Amino acid sequence: MINVLIGIAALVLVVLLALIYRVFTLVQIAKKRETGEEPRVTSSNRINALLFIIFFAVLFGSIFWYSIAAKDDYMLPEAASEHGGAIDMLFWVTTGVVFFVFFVTHCLLFFFPYLYSYKEGKKAEFLVHDNRLELAWTVVPAIVLTILVVSGWTVWSEITDPAPEDSVEIEIVGRQFGWNTRYAGPDGKIGKHNFRKIDATNGLGLDFEADAANNDDFVANELVLPKGKNVLLKIRSRDVLHSVFLPHFRLKMDAVPGQPTQFWFKPIYTTEEMRQRLAEKGDPNAADFNYHLACTEICGSAHYAMSMKVRVLSEEEYAEWEKEQKPWAELNADYLAEKGIEISNMTSLK
Amino acid sequence: MSTVDIDIKQATDDSHGGGHDEHHEHHGNFWTNYIFSYDHKVIGKQFLLTGMFWALIGVAMSVVFRLQLGFPDANLEFLRPLLGGWIDSAGKLDPNFYLALVTMHGTIMVFFVLTAGLSGTFSNYLIPLQIGARDMASGFMNMLSYWFFFLSSVVMFASLFIQTGPASGGWVIYPPLNALEQASPGSGLGMTLWLVSMALFIVSTLLGGINYIATVINLRTEGMSFTRLPLTIWAFFITAVIGLLSFPVLFSAALLLIFDRSFGTSFFLSEIYIGGEALSNVGGSAVLFQHLFWFLGHPEVYIVLLPALGITSEIVATNSRKPIFGYRAMIGSILGIAVLSFVVWAHHMFVSGMNPFLGSVFMFLTLIIAVPSAVKAFNYITTLWRGNLVFTPAMLFSIGLVSLFIVGGLTGIHLANAAIDIQLHDTYFVVAHFHLVMGASAFFGMLAGIYHWFPKMFGRMMNDKLGYVHFWLTFAGVYLIFFPMHFLGIAAFPRRYYSFTSFEPFGKFTDLNMLISVAAILTFAAQFIFIFNFFYSMFRGKIAPANPWKSNTLEWTTPRNPGHGNWPGPLPKVYRWPYDYSKPGAKDDFIPQNVPYSETKESNLPYEEELAKLEKEPKSNATKRDA
Repeated sequence: MINVLIGIAALVLVVLLALIYRVFTLVQIAKKRETGEEPRVTSSNRINALLFIIFFAVLFGSIFWYSIAAKDDYMLPEAASEHGGAIDMLFWVTTGVVFFVFFVTHCLLFFFPYLYSYKEGKKAEFLVHDNRLELAWTVVPAIVLTILVVSGWTVWSEITDPAPEDSVEIEIVGRQFGWNTRYAGPDGKIGKHNFRKIDATNGLGLDFEADAANNDDFVANELVLPKGKNVLLKIRSRDVLHSVFLPHFRLKMDAVPGQPTQFWFKPIYTTEEMRQRLAEKGDPNAADFNYHLACTEICGSAHYAMSMKVRVLSEEEYAEWEKEQKPWAELNADYLAEKGIEISNMTSLK
Repeated sequence: MSTVDIDIKQATDDSHGGGHDEHHEHHGNFWTNYIFSYDHKVIGKQFLLTGMFWALIGVAMSVVFRLQLGFPDANLEFLRPLLGGWIDSAGKLDPNFYLALVTMHGTIMVFFVLTAGLSGTFSNYLIPLQIGARDMASGFMNMLSYWFFFLSSVVMFASLFIQTGPASGGWVIYPPLNALEQASPGSGLGMTLWLVSMALFIVSTLLGGINYIATVINLRTEGMSFTRLPLTIWAFFITAVIGLLSFPVLFSAALLLIFDRSFGTSFFLSEIYIGGEALSNVGGSAVLFQHLFWFLGHPEVYIVLLPALGITSEIVATNSRKPIFGYRAMIGSILGIAVLSFVVWAHHMFVSGMNPFLGSVFMFLTLIIAVPSAVKAFNYITTLWRGNLVFTPAMLFSIGLVSLFIVGGLTGIHLANAAIDIQLHDTYFVVAHFHLVMGASAFFGMLAGIYHWFPKMFGRMMNDKLGYVHFWLTFAGVYLIFFPMHFLGIAAFPRRYYSFTSFEPFGKFTDLNMLISVAAILTFAAQFIFIFNFFYSMFRGKIAPANPWKSNTLEWTTPRNPGHGNWPGPLPKVYRWPYDYSKPGAKDDFIPQNVPYSETKESNLPYEEELAKLEKEPKSNATKRDA
């Protein structure tokens, strides 16, 4: 239905434009006959000037209308991480400044054509330059930008500071096309890996011979996070570039083969709490809400489907979930035996 | 310069002597005049037509992937005659081919349309005409420059038809995805052809760039000092310098990538397990490639943009009947942008895993570059103020460019802020930003330039009414396509996604995506108004007067259809800057650059009166120059 309407609207527009064009050419031919000489500009000049005003009204009208009407659609739920609030604050302050400049410059840019369109016999002002004006619009943007960049830099430095000592380390590994997570287990240490150890079973390349810390590590197909604790994501990739994007946590970091990266943050709302907050705001789909991880670095044909569910649990729930998980070595004892790798201290660690 | 003069003399002699034979008119045959021509004007037109060809292909590709994004459930069976096996049995676009389309769209638009099509056309066409030279410093190199571009185009075009499809790893061709055949079908032969094509393209750009620089420095006519150069020439000149310094870095990156792909080196590859085997490469760095790529990639933005801004400066001043406001500030900002463009590249890499300290440095440097950009925007607006504006289609596109440049530039303030960029990087917010600030802006500059210089190029006028319709449809279309993308970006939609419907958090916004796609299709359709106007006017347009826009620059002092050598008599002399529009006291509202001050007593400023006195002793000047 909408398609048909759009089609009709487009058709009407074309016909209308053709009609207007025809009328104006005729008027001009008539005019030319009267005066006998060709004027510098035709009536199109006035129409174009007027169209700038109309364009301005429609442009800003629709921007304001959509920004308000669709507010709940495009705005993400409030940041679910501690640093996320600071990023959002920066974003909206910058947006405010930017929108103000956008509006003011476009008032001038779209109204000047209307105000100063060509008039026979008028002469433009011979204005070559104006040092005060130029100084003003060099210095003012410089100051505003300095304020924005310094506040941005403060936040950036805090976010990229080394992770606190007590952070929970979680390894996240990208591959074509999916993610895996690995948790440290009771010893609190993520074991070493070696890409040459990777095979169909040992997808993450756990190197048991090199590091006994691997023995109690467990692997998951989802990202489970404890609320209120600092989490340090150790990010790596198995094949090509990927990028860990957790939009609700305002977190993004590329996964680079051969060069581990990291990002630390503190989740502040559990999935359940976020659902409640959304429900309070009247979101009809609040009950189905889930955090998600998306890949944001082009990585091949199924790039668009490379997602992973993210769950944030309260600290107690998290501890319980952790206890339920079985070490990878225990689940794959046959594989290790086949490879001749002996795991002696796995159970003792438990 | 002397060699060129001799060429011209021979040319005129030839045409007298060989007048009886049609093929020998204009000292050559069809091949030397129109195909392997040394004439900068012909070469400019060759670049223009090739650029337009690529623009149609590049934009048509975007329409195909917009169909996929706007109407994910649609049956695309009707595209089968064109795309063949890339439409699967269910009538859906192949995801690999979707990525190939995105990649090729980027490559074609950035390099083939907005670098070769824009710089190649207008630098070639306008530099000799506006500085008062017979031709480029080296006509032969100039001809080679086009034919290397042509060759590069042929290779890239051929890559569209191979079985595994063209390169599909994004126009930034990051390894390992683009280094390993196992990673994606497009990374095989398609990528090889991409690299070959780009290598040829870089050769073409360098040959052209050296020529532009040499010509501007050496072949300016008498009186054409650097402070009397039109801003177009300043822009082309600096663009060529930027290109000359940055393209070789891309070349080196491409070369190292070729080594990694074919000769087993590990510049960019390390610890990779793919296709069921662990590769032997260790010690390379994928991030290094990104540094090399963006060392060209970011200046490339200005290579694309500066010529468009230069063209706009010229058109806005001419059609406002006012001097460009702050001529020296404009030159200063071009130079500032040129220098800074080399020290901001890593703002594309805030979350690439590079040291966050570098992120801080590049954040500061990037926000500095916003200042000269802002100065340019303000200067354009002030040029309009109290002008006497004539809305030619070129003027409309120039005003449109300023608008798009501002909108796109402003969101750059978000993205240059490393902290905000964490969230926005690689989302549709970035897509909106760069399409507005460099894509659409530069495209508008190119269209403005075509409308403005068409009378000089083809001796006929384009239809201005069709131009108006073309402008308003395109302007509205561009806003409708790219403005909504900001909202998608704020909602965290990642770029280069084949589909959003299979992804719960991004499943919304089918309506907005549909709107963008419909707008894209209509805007594409509107371009055919231009294509029609362009070719129709070439043969049937109104005969152009000598100086249709009453402009000051030298190209309008040539005959309607200038031959090889541009001016039939001696080269024009330049006495003044190019922006003496609406000068108080002057008879008309423009004084061309070749009018001496001694002939404009009524409008001379006090210091110009002094210069007028000097003009009376031209001979002593000439001897001094020769000495």
